[in-house]
Amino acid sequence: MRGLDEPLLDETDETVRVRFVVNGRKVACEVAPRDTLVDCLRDKLELTGTHAGCEMGACGACLVQLDGRAVHSCLIFAVQADGARIETIEGLTESGMLAELQAEFHRRNALQCGFCTSGMLINAHELLSQTTQPSRDEIRDALSGNYCRCTGYEAIVDAIEAVAKARSDGGGAT
Amino acid sequence: MSAPLTSLDRPNSYIGRSVPRPNAKRLLAGRGRYVSDLKLPRMLYAAFLRSPHAHAKIVSINIDEARAIEGVHLVATGADLAKICTPWVGTLDHFKGMTSAPQMPLPLDRVVWAGQAVVAVVAESRAIAEDALELIEIDYEDLPVVADLDSARQVGGALVNPGSANNICFRSQLDNGTVDDAFAHAAHVVEEEFSFGRHTAVTLEPRALVADYDPAAGMLTVHHGTQTPYQFQDLYSRHYGIPEARVRVIATDIGGSFGMKLHVYHEDMAVVGLSILLGRPVKYVADRIESFVSDIHARDHRVRARMALDAKGGILAVDVVDLTAIGAFSTFPRTSVVEGNQVIRLIGAPYRFKNYRATLEVIFQNKVQTSQYRAVGHPIACAVTERLVDIAASKIGLDPFAIRAQNVIPDDAYPEISPTGYRFEALSHQTCLKRLHEMMDYDALRAEQADLRKRGVYRGIGIATFVEITNPSPAFYGVGGARISSQDGAIVSLTPSGEVRCLISVTEQGQGTEAIISQIVADQLGLALEHVKVVTGDTEVTPHGGATWACRGAGIGGETALQATRALKRNILEVAALILQAQPSALDIIDGEVVDAVTRKPRLPISEIARIAYFRSDTLPSGTQAQLTVSHHFAPQGYPFAFTNGIQGCALEVDVETGLIKLLKHFIVEDCGRVINPMLVDEQLRGGIVQGLGAALFEECRYSETGQLMNGSLADYLVPMPMEMPDIVIGHVETPTADTELGAKGVGEAGTAAASACVLNAVNDALAPFDATINSVPITPAKVLKALKRF
Repeated sequence: MRGLDEPLLDETDETVRVRFVVNGRKVACEVAPRDTLVDCLRDKLELTGTHAGCEMGACGACLVQLDGRAVHSCLIFAVQADGARIETIEGLTESGMLAELQAEFHRRNALQCGFCTSGMLINAHELLSQTTQPSRDEIRDALSGNYCRCTGYEAIVDAIEAVAKARSDGGGAT
Repeated sequence: MSAPLTSLDRPNSYIGRSVPRPNAKRLLAGRGRYVSDLKLPRMLYAAFLRSPHAHAKIVSINIDEARAIEGVHLVATGADLAKICTPWVGTLDHFKGMTSAPQMPLPLDRVVWAGQAVVAVVAESRAIAEDALELIEIDYEDLPVVADLDSARQVGGALVNPGSANNICFRSQLDNGTVDDAFAHAAHVVEEEFSFGRHTAVTLEPRALVADYDPAAGMLTVHHGTQTPYQFQDLYSRHYGIPEARVRVIATDIGGSFGMKLHVYHEDMAVVGLSILLGRPVKYVADRIESFVSDIHARDHRVRARMALDAKGGILAVDVVDLTAIGAFSTFPRTSVVEGNQVIRLIGAPYRFKNYRATLEVIFQNKVQTSQYRAVGHPIACAVTERLVDIAASKIGLDPFAIRAQNVIPDDAYPEISPTGYRFEALSHQTCLKRLHEMMDYDALRAEQADLRKRGVYRGIGIATFVEITNPSPAFYGVGGARISSQDGAIVSLTPSGEVRCLISVTEQGQGTEAIISQIVADQLGLALEHVKVVTGDTEVTPHGGATWACRGAGIGGETALQATRALKRNILEVAALILQAQPSALDIIDGEVVDAVTRKPRLPISEIARIAYFRSDTLPSGTQAQLTVSHHFAPQGYPFAFTNGIQGCALEVDVETGLIKLLKHFIVEDCGRVINPMLVDEQLRGGIVQGLGAALFEECRYSETGQLMNGSLADYLVPMPMEMPDIVIGHVETPTADTELGAKGVGEAGTAAASACVLNAVNDALAPFDATINSVPITPAKVLKALKRF
């Protein structure tokens, strides 16, 4: 922009164009190199179902699927995810991937404030895609990076266990 | 043969039924609307420069460079905000003699804890605001730091408030009966000193607010992640001089609160001022590190206590000194002395004895403020009491269950007044003790423990009886001059299509307030649950009330909804009676239909009554004015508090080589009066217990000698995670309060109240063969090894 005092502009003003496939749609956005993926998803793409809880990968509130695996979106920069296929709670809900887990979480009240829930569901989904019949200890272990202050965890473990059982009773994973 | 009919078999009988929360589906789909998600047109973002010193004089502040950054709209200091905001003082009149210095959004000349916000920057993004913070220069001059309880109490030591005589905020004493005499003649005296570390709420969503001042309308709207929107409406109005009716506080979805988000925070008050100065919406969301240094902390008590008993183990007297170190200020508007006050009043609460003496000393230090967090004071009172009882039991040779059975106030002895002055309406300690004994299969657990001990495996079994304060009357805050309501209000309407909408002052934080209120409304009116809509959390929409704190949502908010709905039902039946040419008393409502009260034969759907009243009032008899909206308030009367009770038990294993503790199973039998939704009650208990277990084993805000918080991140501060937590077995006893029709009491704090006491007793039980004892929480592996003389 002409007429702007040059010294006022520095590298923090520079943005980079990144492209992702988010929830099945191609998107492009301008991000600063320092923007994390969680900030990009929440602020630029308004996908506020992904939450930032600790910004250091300790709480699991920001989990999204990146190229099919659950990752902490607070621990990678948006530019690092350039070209990736990303699924957030919004997309996984629309596609029905989480429907059984969501129904069982609802029935069993495996959430209170709901702030950890997106991350819990995404991690639970990943666990059940790898292990069809996890024990309660295995479920607890798999969730060991998902912090919930409200529930005390037991209802969450119950809900995941119930979905695993229903799937195996119903003839295998969907 | 089918099971006998119960009250739950009546149509629309939702009170006592486990139904899922209607609003939880949004949250499961990632469609929650938290304040941290909110984006308004022309919204700006605030960030704060914080003090690196625990105590220092502010010599100068240079903000010139920060101001010059593109995208920065305002850099404000304490002086800028002091021009538009009046100071606040965290004292209450009923705590006689307590003091606290006036507080401002940002300090003028002195910082009093490390992490205190000093300068605010408002910019077009949070990142730009943080860039600008780096360019602000503040020149500090160190002042002597009051870093802990002992240095705070040292005569002639450093002062938090220079010019004051000492660091004492408040002192209180209770003295009932003949304590000295009881101790002098006791067969047994047990004594211990306990310490309780500082911990904090660590809600997953940090504090968040968006303040939006419209100078053209003279109207302030604050989207605030809080439990208590009305309290903040009042405070923003008073401190910024805006008429109350022009302040609107909206509390939508909130990512956890547990008491932490109902206090006045300096940053939050500043953000309101920043929006007023700019005439634009300003957003502030604390990051995790800011949360650790600026959210209230809780506990931080040291208690010396002794108990006198007769030869058979009957409790004769208790004598207690509680020292607690708060922050540099007492928190506003609920103060920082309530916790200590509840500690000294709840000690010994389950037991029948006459002689009690307690001294409370609340002390200032240069740390972030402490104040009310889930189960205020209860975990400390419970741990002190229950540990002393266990020590006495072991000294006298009684089983922990036996000594409690002998000393609890008998179930048939109520009403009863505790030696600390609490009036108990009806509690059920004996029944709960018996139930827990069965649920735990106690004798089998003891046998297993004895077997394992022979093999070098050290298991511990602990139990802890508790009393919880719920349904507070104005005796809690109102009498002290705080404009914090203990009543609630509801507006219940029959909509034109025959559904019911309830606007109510109690708020939702995920515990299920909206679910239980809909259950009560549907049950009392005679309507399917899905036809009830509950609205909470907006001061412009819902009537003024206390909202949610101190376990009052179900007991007081629920009764408000019940009474309001009964009034609406009367009004509906009056109109129905006119239409049907019947007596209102001959009619009832079932499943949305007006029916004959005797034959239960349907007469007319309530949707038809609504249609006639709203659209064809001309067909009603002349002079009829149908009142299909009812507004109703309910203030608790009778007992000042509805006390609840219960008992917890736990089994754990101590690894005597590493000091690590493995929780095996936890049990609770709880009596919260009428249970509205058993599933939600159980989940309150589980969540509360896990917060108590975190405090027992992991959570502690650790400070350096210079008053720096050393573990202020989620990687360093340990919270309970899924694999460390046990399954929790729950039993219920129901002793409804007779003070309300509904009979419900609170349940939100019962889990936290006794969990750490239970673990403390169990760890000591596990260590008994080593003659090692622990009297401090959190019980870290280092403390265990130290007790075992292995570290």
